[in-house]
Parts: sequence; C-alpha cells; structure tokens
Amino acid sequence: MALGIALAFGCLGCSGQAPQGEGKPTRVELLNVSYDPTRELYRDINAAFVSHYAKEHGTEVSIKQSHASSGGQSRAVIDGLDADVVTLATWPDVEAIAKAKLIRPDWQNRFDNASVPYHSVVVFVVRKGNPKQIADWADLNRGDISIITPNPKTSGNGKYSFLAAWGAALAAGGSEEDARKFVAAIYKRTPVLDTGARAATATFSQKGIGDVHLTFENEAHLEVAESKGTLEIVYPRRSIRVDPPVAVVDTNVDSKGTRHAAEAYLGFLYSPEGQAIIARHHYRPWHGATGSTPPADLPNIELFDVTFVAGSWDNAMQKFFGEGGAFDAIYQPGAGT
Amino acid sequence: MANTLPTKPGRTPLDALLVTGAVATIGLLIVVPLASVFAEAFSQGPQAWWEAIAHDPDTRHAIWLSLTVAPVAVAFNTVFGIAAAWLVARFRFPGRTLLVALFDVPFSVSPVVAGLALVLIFGRQGILGPTLAWLAMKVIFAWPGLVLATTFVTLPLVVRELIPVMEAIGPEEELAAVSLGANGWQVFWRVTLPNIRWALLHGIVLANARAMGEFGAVYVVSGHIAGATDTMPLRVEKLFQEYRTPASMAVASVLAALALVTLVAKVVIERRLEAESRDLAAVRNVAAKSDPSPS
Repeated sequence: MALGIALAFGCLGCSGQAPQGEGKPTRVELLNVSYDPTRELYRDINAAFVSHYAKEHGTEVSIKQSHASSGGQSRAVIDGLDADVVTLATWPDVEAIAKAKLIRPDWQNRFDNASVPYHSVVVFVVRKGNPKQIADWADLNRGDISIITPNPKTSGNGKYSFLAAWGAALAAGGSEEDARKFVAAIYKRTPVLDTGARAATATFSQKGIGDVHLTFENEAHLEVAESKGTLEIVYPRRSIRVDPPVAVVDTNVDSKGTRHAAEAYLGFLYSPEGQAIIARHHYRPWHGATGSTPPADLPNIELFDVTFVAGSWDNAMQKFFGEGGAFDAIYQPGAGT
Repeated sequence: MANTLPTKPGRTPLDALLVTGAVATIGLLIVVPLASVFAEAFSQGPQAWWEAIAHDPDTRHAIWLSLTVAPVAVAFNTVFGIAAAWLVARFRFPGRTLLVALFDVPFSVSPVVAGLALVLIFGRQGILGPTLAWLAMKVIFAWPGLVLATTFVTLPLVVRELIPVMEAIGPEEELAAVSLGANGWQVFWRVTLPNIRWALLHGIVLANARAMGEFGAVYVVSGHIAGATDTMPLRVEKLFQEYRTPASMAVASVLAALALVTLVAKVVIERRLEAESRDLAAVRNVAAKSDPSPS
C-alpha cells in the first residue's frame, strides 16, 4: 500500500526536485544543510553570494536552507537528504557523511583552516543582572543553579558544552575524575535536554527555564539581542574553541551538476566579504581566532580545543558520546526530561 | 451526550463547584491558549498578520504544501477506508480480527517512530533506497514522503468511522439490490454510499484535521528545507525558533481557524448522523411491526 502511493506520486516528487538541465547552466539550485544557530548567518551569506556569483559567472543561484540539530542533519544527509553542501557544528557530523561515502575522505584539506571558515566559543547566558552570580565554570557546581544545554548525543552545541565543562575542569588543574564529577553535577541540574541548540535557546529565553544557558557565543549574542534586555552574556575565564566544518557533498553535486557553484559557495565564506558577514553575526572569523585578535565585541579569553580535552574527535566520540560513554554513565533520564 | 447533561446546573453548592471547576478547566486548557494564539498573531495589527501570511514566500509555500499534502492523504484514506470497511463489515474470513487490529496501529505507534520507519524503508540506505535511486525518484525529504507519513498517521480515521455504521446497517439492502439485478458499482453508488455518506464525511473531516496538524511523522521525513518541505506546523515551529513569534502565531492562527471550521463541520455532520440512526431505528421498528407473522 505504502509502496503504491510512493510509486503513484513519485513522479510528482521528482519533477518538483528535478536536477537542473545540463544544457542550461544559467540557473542553479543549492541546498545547504546546516545546524541550528546558523539560520541568520546564512540568510545574509546567501544573499551576498547570489549577487556575487551572478556577477562573476552570470549564473543565477538560488539557495535553500535546512536547519536542525547537527547530528540529526548529518543522519538525514546519509539517509538521502539531497544536500549540495553541509555546514555542520562538529567534525564527527561531517566525517559520518564521509564514512557513508557521500563526501570524499580528504574533505578537510579542500578548504583553508581544515575546512573551518569560522569559529565560536562556548559562553554563558544568564538572566539580567546575573541574579545567581555566575562568573565562571566553578559556579556551575553550586546546587542552586539550574543549567540549560541541549543533548550532546544529537546536538553540536550539546557536545561543545559538555567538552567545554570537562576541559575547564582539567584546565583548572583537576583530574579526569574531578572533570567527570563536575560534568555529572551539571547534567544532574539540567531540567530540559533539547535535541538542538535553537530549541534549547527557546527553552531558556522564551520559556524562561533555567539560570544559565551554555551556548555558542554567536547564539548567545542573538539570544541576548532578542531578549529585549532580560538576558546578558557572561564570559568564563576559559572555554572551548568551536570549529564548525564545511564540506561539499561530492556524490550529490556530481549527480546534480552543481559542483562549481557549491565549491564557489563554500569558498565565498573565506572571502573578505564572507568573513565580514561572519563577524557581523558574532562568529569569530577564522584568521582572527587562530592568533590575531577577534572582533572588538568578542573578548579574547583563554581557549582550548577538543584535542586538549580528548586528544581527538574520534576519542571524544568514543569516550564521551558513544554507546556506554561518559555521558550515558552520567545522565539519568529520570532526573531530567 | 448532550442530552444526558442536567439542564439546570448549580442547584446545590456541589453542583456549582463542579460546574465552576469544569468551566475553569476548559477555559485554562482550551480557551486561554487558543485566544493567546490569536492575540499574539494580531499583536501588530491585521496588516502585519496579513504580511506574515502572504508576503513571506517560505510561509506561502508551507501553506500551499499543507493544502496539497493533506487532501491527497485524505483521498487515499477515503478509498482505502471504504474498501477496508466493506471487507470487514460484510465478510468473515480468517485473520479478520488481526486486520481490524492492524488498522489501529497508526494510533498506537508514535508518529516519530512512523516517520523513522519510512526513512528505514525509503531512505537512501533503506530497503527500497537503491531501487528508488535507480529510478531517480525521491520519496523521503520530498513531497511523496510527506504524503506517505500523513497517510500513515490518518489511516484509521475513515475506516474506523465506517465499520460500525456498515455493521449497523447490515447487508439486507445491498442483497435486495443484487437480487433486483444491480451490478457491483450500482450497489455501491445507489445503496452503500448513500447509507454511509455522513459517517464517511465525518471520517474525512477528522482525517483532514489530523493531516493538516500532523507534526511528528512529517518532521522526521521532511528534511526541514525552508520553502520546499516545511508544512504549516513545521513552519510554525521554525518561525518561533527564529524569534519571529508574531509571524509564527499568524501561521498558527490559520491552523487554528482551520481547526475551528473542522469543528463546526463535525458538529453539523454529527447531527445528521444522529438523525440518520434514529430514522434507521424507526424504519426497523415499523418493519418489525408490519412483519406478517402467522399466529
């Protein structure tokens, strides 16, 4: 029965989604599959790129966007979501697509800075006036603080928040056991574990749950700007550097004939114009984060990356987020959602 | 149901308390949230409401998508529902009880699971994935997937509505038609369909309401592509998460308005259904009395 409908309407589906004809390179459609907090960034990037590409190549590009939790998006591309490019939150999310053979294994070397066109850091968002006096990671140990952060199993934001907390405990001179206890204490006081970054933001800012929201700096700036003066950002002394990678989905662009536009699109992120838009949306431009000073409103705090916390992303996935990893051992579903 | 309620409530203090409690509960759970949706939707004036609905191409597309996905799913369930109800009400065969139980599976399975099951069948790595790729057909993350998911979650609504009605009416009229020489289609169009029409319409209205509002199963198979695979409920969530609450509630208000229209249609149809079952009982009564029994 289900197959019957699928067959009956399959043709409608494919005519709507038909690849652009090979003989007509004047119109190209790209699908950018991204994670949650980049909606506003890519709205501006897309508008700038469309006019840039039309000027350079005389081709009209239209770009469609899909946003959800980074892990879920990675899975959707593997299951057949027709992305031309992926712009996800973490390395493992892109690597999973490469392992499914949709992206060539050398994807990290195809763009500058290991295919990371912008960075961010994990910061705290608190209620106006910081009523619970939250200044640094150690304050999250207090029993009266309730914390909002998305699920690290599905969300890039969730993974980075977890790693930031673990790394902060190590950087403060703690042992692995101290870090485990600290992170366990945080998740014990996380009342809601949303699947994606944006849902967690809505939980904290619009539904008013929790005392502190662990999130990306760019998301925090947007959240505070939208809160009409009811929220503010707190920078911890140290935090994790967020490296959201980008990649062309080779199998899809080759079957659709969109490789040129897809590569130009990701390349545009590295152009001065692209980097200016990135900075305007409170992401840290890549050349800024790797040495020179970040933009004025993004303070220079002490940063570590995932290699400091776990050696590599593969290790981090196995040790923290995999089946039976540290997060599984820590999180008691009954206590939360 | 309405007939069994006391006509003059509030006689004793307990009555008054119960009535107040019921009114407060309905107000708190239904009226206040619904009113707040409309209040928020129109918070920046009817002009802004109209612009949020009509001037945002992604929202326009979402409305159009919902208005195409839901009727196709409902049309399929109508045909399926009539055929299945006929089979179950008119024939006895091995596995009949199991079949009736299977009709209810979409009610008991979480819509998210239903969506994931479709991904496992029609996804790129799914059982039919290679075949679909070879045919260059897209099901999941495209229009057919949305229709499939919606059809699945609304499957029981029409058939469940028809089975009891067809069983109550019984096969006599159809048998009489056949004995007078009617063929299958004539029996269906002139006897069966007129008898079940209000129940059928009731099922269609319910299925349509559910189809328009479906979130979970559609969420899984949509791929969240703005302007391509976002239906109205998905658009409501997306706008809300993008801090565009008035626009989000504007779309929600359209959904709520559709629900209210459904409610009115449902009440009208239920009246007709009740009248019809009274007529049927009356006819039976007369038939039983005038039955010439040799005594």
